[in-house]
Amino acid sequence: MTADTGVIAVPHQEHEAGHSGGINTALLGMLLFIGSETMFFAGLFGAYFNARAAALSQGQTWPPPGLENVIEPGIIPVVATIILIASSFTMQWGLWRIRKGDRTGMNRALAVTFVMGAVFLGMQAFDYYSLVIEHGFGINSGIYGTLFFTMTGFHGAHVFGGVIGIGIILLRGVAGQFSGKHHVAVEAVSAYWHFVDIVWIFLFSTLYFLK
Amino acid sequence: MATTTVTHPGTIAYQGRRSWIYEWLTTTDHKKIGKMYIFTSFLFFIAGGIMALLIRTELAFPGVQFVDAETYNQLFTIHGTTMIFLFVMPMFVGLANFIVPLQIGAADMAFPRINALSFWMIPLGGLLLYSGYAVGGAANAGWTGYAPLSAQGGAGLDLWLMALVLLGMSSVLGAINFMTTIFKMRAPGMTLLRMPLFVWNTLVTSVLLLFAVPVLTAGLMMLFIDRNYGGGFFDPALGGNPVLWQHVFWFFGHPEVYILILPAFGIVTEILPVFSRKPLFGYKAFVFATSAIGALGFSVWAHHMFTTGAVYLPFFSFFTFLISVPTGIKFFNWLATMWGGQLRFSTPLLYALGFIALFLIGGLDGAFLAVVPFDFHVQDTYWVVSHLHYVLVAGAVFGIFAGLFYWFPKMTGRMLNERLGKWQFVLLFVGTNLTFFPQHLLGLDGMIRRIVDYAPNPGWPELNLLSSIGAFVIALSILPFIWNVFITLRGPRNAPDDPWEANTLEWATTSPPPSYNFDSLPPIRSERPLFDLRHGLTPHAAAALPAGPTETHDETRADAPEGSK
Repeated sequence: MTADTGVIAVPHQEHEAGHSGGINTALLGMLLFIGSETMFFAGLFGAYFNARAAALSQGQTWPPPGLENVIEPGIIPVVATIILIASSFTMQWGLWRIRKGDRTGMNRALAVTFVMGAVFLGMQAFDYYSLVIEHGFGINSGIYGTLFFTMTGFHGAHVFGGVIGIGIILLRGVAGQFSGKHHVAVEAVSAYWHFVDIVWIFLFSTLYFLK
Repeated sequence: MATTTVTHPGTIAYQGRRSWIYEWLTTTDHKKIGKMYIFTSFLFFIAGGIMALLIRTELAFPGVQFVDAETYNQLFTIHGTTMIFLFVMPMFVGLANFIVPLQIGAADMAFPRINALSFWMIPLGGLLLYSGYAVGGAANAGWTGYAPLSAQGGAGLDLWLMALVLLGMSSVLGAINFMTTIFKMRAPGMTLLRMPLFVWNTLVTSVLLLFAVPVLTAGLMMLFIDRNYGGGFFDPALGGNPVLWQHVFWFFGHPEVYILILPAFGIVTEILPVFSRKPLFGYKAFVFATSAIGALGFSVWAHHMFTTGAVYLPFFSFFTFLISVPTGIKFFNWLATMWGGQLRFSTPLLYALGFIALFLIGGLDGAFLAVVPFDFHVQDTYWVVSHLHYVLVAGAVFGIFAGLFYWFPKMTGRMLNERLGKWQFVLLFVGTNLTFFPQHLLGLDGMIRRIVDYAPNPGWPELNLLSSIGAFVIALSILPFIWNVFITLRGPRNAPDDPWEANTLEWATTSPPPSYNFDSLPPIRSERPLFDLRHGLTPHAAAALPAGPTETHDETRADAPEGSK
């Protein structure tokens, strides 16, 4: 930043980062952002458990009567879940490649992760379609439907954002950017992708199994 | 970037082509962004103030004379939302934007472009909020937007929701930016326990924002889904629960209270030692108390919901009382800082003293509200209105003016007029008490808030008239400030680098600072680097600077004597 001007001798973050040896500034920003996203989903989970506890404490069933068998861990949700969890591993594989300076390996891993994320979104859309059209179960089907579609919908939006992020670093990787030393964007997107994956594990266990 | 103005000949030519307006629209300089925050939020302060005047005009006499009930509902909703989300929050973010990088010896924020994005969301959010008036009526469910009332109403409420989502995003991005800046950009020697208290308060405020605002966003989204897509979150007929809104809202809303007041605590804590000519009493106690207030702020939200009968009263009552402990520590430390000092009664100190005196009232009548039986009695009465305005006007607004008078010379290179400042202080002090003290009595007497009319019970018309007169005195007090800023900005640059003989790093650079902030930094050996420098406790600034970025600072540190810790 200031090195080329040669005038200001004020220590900058380059110095401080080197001095403290701590976490990269941009990565810290991403981790804090993930912290705030955690609170967003915590709010949604709070709403879920509030509604569930209210129903159970009033002697009603949960899911509400008539909806017991709508949300089932059938073939589509289970396969989609396996794909999303696996994509976390391919993402990490790409990160390890670029840490070793292997950009081609990273690009391969990112391309695989990108496709897996997109397939997850496609399967979620298909699942939504069958729920709404075949079962007539939508966001307006009482609190249970509202919760299911709101929680999975916001998660899907976050997956979408992650896929865009992976697409961007993939394009940058293909364009020859990133090296073993400079790849903070890959670190950040990877952290975000793992977060999205972990949220899904909580969502999947809560919505499909806990009930 | 900030440093482009320095030496490149090409850069200078490039600067010449840039128009004034283009420069401000595209700037990523934290000082310019800070000024834009302050200017924008001051405009919203005036807008919200005019609404307050309309409200008080209507309430001056019993009966409905001036505005109808629907207009009144919109007025108090938009007044509250404006003052909290578009005035106090962005005003403190603006002050912190300007001051925090300077106080920690940084050249800018960690993410300057995200900083600009955070700012530009503020006017956009304001526009969304106010555009409700153009589509058949603004939001009218109060700034708390309680369901199920907020599930009804027109498009104004949807715009209110989206405005708050946008302003929340701005706050979260700002919080990330401040935390990253404070953790990563401190100058060598600026350890966490040497940071100025204003930086500490900004840090804790940012933590609160980061973890509280997303919960509100989740709630706003739920309400939006209920209103527009047939969702059932807050609708009992669909299996939902309206009290859920109150949980979600106050889980954000109570930390929000500290978001609105902690920066003012920080400003007062900066000002008192400087104008008492004494070191701050109990620096570490302040750090501890600030952190404790932040942590406890997340455990008291349901004290806003005692009367729902849906919360465990002893827990939330106890934790609410517990917050008085760190707050009390601050009060005693403030008094001990001034004790035996040589007080200079300049305008910043007057505002700081006014803050201490009046915030104490607001804090005490808040502690009353933690008593569950008392809370049942005064729920939704003018006692609550009085309490929150003693906290927000006598607290946040006094803190804001203290900070503006204190840092104005640094921001503009010009000293505000002291005589006008003192007139303004007297008017604001009198006006605040005249407006809000009678509301205590009205609240005890059972006058319910958020209603356009009231019964002419014995004493009520007189107290309400007093309160309305006070509101106009407050409005009057703002005029000398605007005039003061106007004539000062037209006047010559008369502020030295360190007009108050202060302690912290922002006074080590010129007034106003260059775009790159510091030509040189004094060594930082204590929480008062400028005091050390003035009194020869550290070598002169120039000696402490490395010749270039390659040289490490540890060498220069080694020969510096210990500070005055």
